[in-house]
Order: sequence, then structure tokens, then C-alpha cells
Amino acid sequence: MSEHEYTPKSKVGKWFNDRLPLLTLANHLTDYPTPKNLNYWWTFGGILTFCLITQIVTGLVLAMHYIAHADMAFESVEHIMRDVNYGWLIRYIHANGASMFFLAVYIHIFRSLFYGSYKSPREIIWIIGIIIYLLMMAAAFLGYVLPWGQMSFWGATVITNLFSAIPLVGEGIVTWLWGGYSVDNPTLTRFFTLHYLIPFLILGLVVLHIWALHVPGNNNPIGIDIKKPSKDTVPFHPYIVIKDGFALLMFMIVFAFFVFYTPNILGHADNYIEANPLVTPAHIVPEWYLLPFYAILRSVPDKLLGVIAMLSAILILAALPWLDTSKIRSAVFRPLYKQFYWILVADVLILGYVGAMPAEGLYLLIARVATAYYFLHFLVILPVLGFKERTIPVPLSITEPILGGSPNLATAKNKDSLNNQ
Amino acid sequence: MSEKKTNRRDFLFTATYAVGAVGVGATVWPMIDQMNPDASVKALASTEVDVSTVNPGNTITVLWRGKPVFIRRRTQDEIAEAKAVSMKELKHPEKDEDRAKNPEWLVMLGVCTHLGCVPLDQKGDYNGWFCPCHGSHYDISGRIRKGPAPTNMEIPEYKFVDANTIKIG
Repeated sequence: MSEHEYTPKSKVGKWFNDRLPLLTLANHLTDYPTPKNLNYWWTFGGILTFCLITQIVTGLVLAMHYIAHADMAFESVEHIMRDVNYGWLIRYIHANGASMFFLAVYIHIFRSLFYGSYKSPREIIWIIGIIIYLLMMAAAFLGYVLPWGQMSFWGATVITNLFSAIPLVGEGIVTWLWGGYSVDNPTLTRFFTLHYLIPFLILGLVVLHIWALHVPGNNNPIGIDIKKPSKDTVPFHPYIVIKDGFALLMFMIVFAFFVFYTPNILGHADNYIEANPLVTPAHIVPEWYLLPFYAILRSVPDKLLGVIAMLSAILILAALPWLDTSKIRSAVFRPLYKQFYWILVADVLILGYVGAMPAEGLYLLIARVATAYYFLHFLVILPVLGFKERTIPVPLSITEPILGGSPNLATAKNKDSLNNQ
Repeated sequence: MSEKKTNRRDFLFTATYAVGAVGVGATVWPMIDQMNPDASVKALASTEVDVSTVNPGNTITVLWRGKPVFIRRRTQDEIAEAKAVSMKELKHPEKDEDRAKNPEWLVMLGVCTHLGCVPLDQKGDYNGWFCPCHGSHYDISGRIRKGPAPTNMEIPEYKFVDANTIKIG
């Protein structure tokens, strides 16, 4: 931010900016030098911001009509659907918005995995991102409980019972979470409070995420350090704003398709049955975006170890910048990593698929193999690959291969050491 | 200040931190404890059930503390089957006599010890209960035989008030 001084043109602007430099911040954001080769996978940051704002706005409106009480929650949701003006639209945007949010975040995460965006000097951006992802899962789970349908109730029962796996204090923690001896009204009211709180925590973390991004600047598809501003960069506005805007429009088409044409396809019919503590639905399945982790939970036959495996599967991502020992960021120059990357993508998709299937027979076997491979990828393949892989030489700058221009000195110095591996 | 000596100021700092820590603890604890079961939840601690209409081979389910309780009147065959199981076969060894004081009546929490779902009656590989969530099989004494659940289904505190009434809790 300190790279350039900015002075507002108008007297009032200057007076204000001297006292609170908001205009300097706005100028930094518009002029922010961005690598000129960012592709459409980089537009999901903006799309995710849109998703967060959408969830907050629709959520605020829904909270005006929803009643957080075990006897009234289910009916109040039906009241929103049938009586409230445009209530159906607002609720369907909110419910499908959660799925769209996760769709975008998974693309965002896998983009980072492909192009090595989590590597030095961007570890803090990455870790903040993982915390945001964890909070998203918490918010999604808490929100899913609020309609107080059968899936809400039994999802809440199963997930809170994960804590009972903790030795000695587990049962006490579960009772404390419930505020009773089972999931009931006290559980619902606190879940509503927390569901309301978490999006604002996420908003705060998003600010830190972007702040941390603006220190080193964006990674880019060839994963090299670039000089900014230079021939390799374009200002954020209008270039990236327009590109992000176009991608957002495409994304909104998909979003609108779900909301208007098949608003319930990503949900479960059982959740239109009011919660009944005496009957568990025949198939308890979480929402699609949690399925890979659910498959990992079920693939371990021991209760405590299953919970540990599931949590490790998420937390292992936070250690990724240190598990991946390769100095080359982008998979474009890592012929072996590129193949393992796609195997990992397939592995996670397989886990998601078996997570939706009954945990028996062949499905269970596949889930176990896929779980083992997931951990193998992060704990063995990535650390070893950094030492063994013969990488392709990286260019000195984005423009160098075509124009031979403006190499970044730091990159040029590093190049020999990087390519000699 | 050349030599390190505990002086009056060090004492005041330490004392201030200590009192501050106690104050923070005393303030935070009510914020945490308010989430534990409240007086109205604890007040619903016991339930009386009339079991005069339950025939052998049938199970009724009643709600106690928001959780289902299975009350099964077992047939002679079922009792014999439950007693015949060797302790070596069990993941969580418990004798049937210890689980059902009156062998005709099995009273237990209908909550799977894995993640809290309600198992289905007369299903599974052991002629007892089967949990549809993650595939735990229980026998006719409610003992875990196969699947991820770590322990047998829990036996709540209960007693026969008279021949036809069970008081749970």
C-alpha cells in the first residue's frame, strides 16, 4: 500500500483523506497491479464475495419471518414459503446460495492447489482461507438445522454426537452443546444465534484474506514472482473488474437455474417432514458439500479414530504450505504433480460419491481406499515429489517467452536455483 | 536497578494479574454454564409408563428426556438366545442378567451409541436392532455385535412401581 502516494484532486477529498485515508484505500484497490495472465479460475474470489453478501442479505430478511422455537420453526419456514411476499424466492436463494457458495469455494481451493497459490509468501492467506472454509461448514450445518425437519434434527444429532467420541469429557460436552439430554429447543435457539453470528466472522476474515493477498499480490497461472507494476501487470480496475463481472454473470446463470428450475434438487425430501425424535430417517446423508468428509468418517470402523480422521482431512490442508516441498508453484511446470493433482481431484469426487451411498460392501471398500489415498497424497506424495520431480524451466516473466521483456530481477536470480533441481 | 530484586511494584503487578484472572474466570464461567441443561429441562427427569398392554415379542417406544426408550417384552426364545451368547463374542461384554433384571423386560435407551440415531426394531444380523445411519447391529439384549458403535445401548435407571408400571429415571 505504501508503494505510491495518492492525493485526492478535490479540496474536500484531500481534507477528508488527511483525516481518514479511505480514498487512498479506494485508489489502492482500483489501481492494484494484477498479473495480466490471470485466467477465469481467478474470478472465483469475486464470486465468493458475491455469495457471502447474498447469504447475509437473504439471511437477514429470512430472520425477520423465522421463529427459532422447536414448536414453531417448521411452520414458520412453511409460512415463509407460502405467505410471506416473495418468501419462496428469498428462501430458495438462501438455501441454494449455500450450495453455490460451496461450489465456488471448492473451485477456489482447487485452483489454489493447481497453481500453488498456498506457497510462500502466501501461507497466511491460505490459512485464513482454511479458517473461512471451516466457518462456512459450521454456518451451513447450523443453518440446515433451523427448518427443524427430519434431516435437520438427525443431522444435528449425528454431528453433535461426534464430540461424544472425545474420551472422558465427550458426553459432558455434548450435553452442554444441546442444553439438555437430546437435541431440543435450547439447541435450536443457540444454533440460530450462532448461525446469525458466523457470517459476520467470515466477513471479517474475508477482509484479512484480501489484505494478506494485497501484500505479496496475486499468484498467477505460471506461478512466478512478478514485478509490479510492470509490463506483466494491469490495474485491477477496469481490467479485472470487467473479467470478474463477466464470470459472475455466468455464475449467476447457474445459480438462477437452481433457484428457479430445480430449487430442491440439492436438498433432501425428508426435511419437509417435521422433526421427530422417535424416528430416524432410513438414510441420513449430509448435504453434498460435506460428503467427502462424511465418507472418511464412515470408512474408519472405530468411533474416535473416525472422528479424528475426518477432522485431520480438513486440518491437514492448513499444513499444506509446508507439506509441499517443491519450490515451483504452478503445476504447469510440474509434469508429475499435475498428474497427482488430477488423481486427487478424482479421489475427492469418489469420496463424495461413496459418502452418499450406504456404508457397506464395495462402497465401504472404495471409501477406505480413497481415504487412504487422500492422506497418502498430502503426507507422502507431496513431500517426496518436491525432491524427486524434474520440473520444466519457468519463464522469467509473463511477457518474456513472447516479447523477451522486463524480467523481474528476483525471479531471474532465483531461476537458476529453481530449474537446477 | 542493576540487580534483580523482587520489589513492591513486582508484587503489585503479580497481584493485579492474579485478581484480574480470577475476575475474568468468574465472568466467563456463567457465559459458558448458561448453555448447560437448565432447571426446566432437569425437572422432566422421570416418566412413568403403563406396560400392561404390551404382549411378548413386542416393543413400545416412549420418550424420556427427549430420547426414545425401548421397552421390549421378550419371548422365552429371545431370553434363551440372549443368555446363550458367550462373553468372548462381545465387543462390550455385559451379561444379559445385568442388562435385564427381570429377563422378560428389556428397558433401554433407543439411542445408537455411535452417533445417536434411533435403531430399527427386529432388524440386523443378530435378531435385535439395526441402526440405519452407519450400520451398527445390536442383539436381542441391545448389545453391540457389529458396526462402528463402541458400546451396548445404555440401560437407564428404572424400576417397577407395580406389576404393570415402569418408572424411568
